[in-house]
Amino acid sequence: MEKKIVIKVENLVKAFGDFIAVDNISFEVYQGEIFGFLGANGAGKTTAMRMLCGLSTPTSGDAQIAGYDIYTNTEDIKKNIGYMSQKFSLYEDLTVKENIRFFAGVYGLDIKTIKRKSEELINTLGLNAEANKLVGSLPLGWKQKLAFSVAIIHEPKVVFLDEPTGGVDPVTRRQFWDMIYAASDKNITVFVTTHYMDEAEYCHRVSMMVDGKIEALDTPQGLKDTYHAQSMDQVFYQLARAATRSAD
Amino acid sequence: MEVIVKNISKSYDKKKVLALSDISFEVNSGELFGLIGPDGAGKTSLFRILATLLLPDEGSASLHGFDVVKSYKQIRKLLGYMPGKFSLYQDLTIEENLDFFATLFNTTIKENYDLIKDIYVQIEPFKNRRAGQLSGGMKQKLALCCALIHRPTILLLDEPTTGVDAVSRKEFWEMLKNLKKQGITILVSTPYMDEAMLCERIALIQNGSIMSIDTPQGIIDKYPYPLFAARADNMGKLLKDLRSSSLISSCNTFGDYHHICFVNDTYAKDIPDLKQDMIQLGNQNIEIKPIEPTIEDCFIQLMQK
Amino acid sequence: MRQLLAYIKKEFYHVFRDSKTLILLFGMPIVQILLFGFALTNEIKNSELIICDYSNNKTSEKLIEKFRANNNFLLKEVIYDDHDYNQIFRESKVKLIITLPENFEGDLIHQGKSTVLLTADASDPNTSNTLVVYATNILYDFQKEMSNNVILIPYTIDTSIRMMYNPELKGAYNFVPGVMSLVLLLVCVLMTSVSIVREKELGTMEILLVSPTNPLIIIISKAIPYFLLSIVNLTVILLLSTYLLDMPINGSLFLLYLASSILILTALALGLLISNVTNSQEAAMLISLMGMLMPTILFTGFMFPIENMPLPLQIVSNIVPSRWYFIIVKDVVIKGLGFASIWKEMLVLMGMAIFLLALSLKKFKTRLE
Repeated sequence: MEKKIVIKVENLVKAFGDFIAVDNISFEVYQGEIFGFLGANGAGKTTAMRMLCGLSTPTSGDAQIAGYDIYTNTEDIKKNIGYMSQKFSLYEDLTVKENIRFFAGVYGLDIKTIKRKSEELINTLGLNAEANKLVGSLPLGWKQKLAFSVAIIHEPKVVFLDEPTGGVDPVTRRQFWDMIYAASDKNITVFVTTHYMDEAEYCHRVSMMVDGKIEALDTPQGLKDTYHAQSMDQVFYQLARAATRSAD
Repeated sequence: MEVIVKNISKSYDKKKVLALSDISFEVNSGELFGLIGPDGAGKTSLFRILATLLLPDEGSASLHGFDVVKSYKQIRKLLGYMPGKFSLYQDLTIEENLDFFATLFNTTIKENYDLIKDIYVQIEPFKNRRAGQLSGGMKQKLALCCALIHRPTILLLDEPTTGVDAVSRKEFWEMLKNLKKQGITILVSTPYMDEAMLCERIALIQNGSIMSIDTPQGIIDKYPYPLFAARADNMGKLLKDLRSSSLISSCNTFGDYHHICFVNDTYAKDIPDLKQDMIQLGNQNIEIKPIEPTIEDCFIQLMQK
Repeated sequence: MRQLLAYIKKEFYHVFRDSKTLILLFGMPIVQILLFGFALTNEIKNSELIICDYSNNKTSEKLIEKFRANNNFLLKEVIYDDHDYNQIFRESKVKLIITLPENFEGDLIHQGKSTVLLTADASDPNTSNTLVVYATNILYDFQKEMSNNVILIPYTIDTSIRMMYNPELKGAYNFVPGVMSLVLLLVCVLMTSVSIVREKELGTMEILLVSPTNPLIIIISKAIPYFLLSIVNLTVILLLSTYLLDMPINGSLFLLYLASSILILTALALGLLISNVTNSQEAAMLISLMGMLMPTILFTGFMFPIENMPLPLQIVSNIVPSRWYFIIVKDVVIKGLGFASIWKEMLVLMGMAIFLLALSLKKFKTRLE
């Protein structure tokens, strides 16, 4: 079966003055794939991710997200992606229900769908008792799970996750990954960054960014074989230690 | 005993949010003690109480024999504190920051240079760069230098490695080991379970309570069941199949293996049975082997108790 | 002492490395002086005027000519018969109507006095007040020219007092002291509160508190740089108003700086207090602006005369520090008075400064809660 390409990046460059944050990267991500986007602090992950989300214009190179060009069709891209980061996720002063309705509304879902989806979502997450509580009062782990569910409420083609599990307890972290797998089963492509190396193992393929370039891209097993490493941790250490620049 | 914490409780928002409930532990002089737990477990509240920045609702604590409430002035002289958030002046250069904090504690960079030398040489080439323009790892090193510049007897490091990449994290722990050699008592908190092994003793904290205190090996030894690791070609499928198996009491993903515990202790019979079940369900290249638990296994087990 | 110096040095680094702070610090006084000095003065030019001349003869003609020549007024029309004044005010931009009685000339020559009616649109009391004063002034001149004759008008006494210190009725004279109090208060309150709250936000306050520094030093170190910068600011304002707005400083400079220092202290203490109750820079800024700007503009006396306010508001105005400072500055700069005549106001200001400083020192938290 031919794998459908959802993210296609070709020679993408982003420079800030003399500083080349993203240096000529190229890769493809397939439909339903969980793609780990790894790299040390300052390697250029965030800059690359911003371009792919249509939030910043590349200096040169090409990229298509879900078939839309990142120069000309940023509005279409935004309709077809979901985004969740560790920092901004949900409005703490709105209730669970209000957050769901708001974000579903942002993506233009009709009222019937919103109602159905929010009930569905609250049931799956087991948040029935908390549906009318303020999000700010929920434990961090629940917030992150809710934020992820909200990020894919409009069934986007791609969901970008920027360190979604930072600081989350080990049990919730695993539940979060269960959710990522479920999304992947629904053919949603998951593009994820993380500092936990065990999570890199859960990805279908992993890319390692060093000094703005993609130094390695393979399945976790493939990477371990190539670098003669026991774990992803060692792979990461070998690659990132070679980095020469250290700016955020 | 360098640090004594007795029955400390703390709540916020008019008793609505309980941050710490009945926390007690002791830290020996010169020990590297780790407080391991996820965000929101109460680590920062506890550190702030020890740093004399917050008052406990109940209980007492003392550092180097000084009570954190009554003798906070004495504690502030002997304590080195690095808050969770990067707390240096972004618009001041490395050198200006360090100089400022040295003066604050009535000392100079020169006087205690030997203590910070190993760390400072790594950032010294950039000493005229403003702190705001440093990378995460460099900021962290500078913050550590600033916390050390007055030669504290006790060092409190609140999540020093959060948001820092794996390489910088490793370097940071190396630095802590060296500091320990200088006889400084170090309390460090972290959400990364793998860092627990680098401490001499650890406390696992969750929802404001301490679940277990011991050496890392001691905590691992206390793990109540034999633990096994399983893998197959399709890990996602294996996970689902293992979870639905009646032989298995728990199954968690751990990188490239799933960690499993059996319901009964008849392993000699159960392992081949399980393998057979899994093959029948269509899993290929199945491997099951006994392993020693990690701190994360222990944490999960204690959380689910 | 070494600690204090380190703190002060650090504080200056913050100020000089942040262009936004610098603009706020030095841009605001310049912009305000220029704004108030040139654009927003309550000097009135070309205000529309109608003269209703019932006497219609040479004397009245002469008087009308004087009004025509004055550039404060634009004589729109001279009417000779009855009109509904209400209608005129409502339907046109006319702000003042001068009515010369039928026997204006006769009364003047034979009885030695005559009464002229000045009808002003008092919906804007400040403007109407000023216009009446202008008009009275012209009538006065006219009266002098008619050597043997005296015109009796009701505002004579009042006018002579107002004219004494500001014969040309220059608005800037009133505004400069106002702007000085406004700028000093705002800049000091804003700067101190924001700079402390910023340290809370950044988390650096945590480290400062954990250090053995005496809280007193933290406070003083925040106050001293902004105190010095405010003195520089004050000098800029005075230079601008002297050379650009032609406002002479008649009194003692020393006295002026002394009074300003006390006001700055009061403002710094207020800033410290605000920083104690807020945790974000935005909140600190909002409170400083809303809490300071409004009362300062309302109750200082340079925009709205306090003696025209209802009694409760007059009482409220007493707690606004700039009100007292405004009196001092006016007395020293414009009237050239000495310490003897302003010691009461100085004492009030001093009391406020000491009270607020003591309060903010007491309220300063040595912990995070």
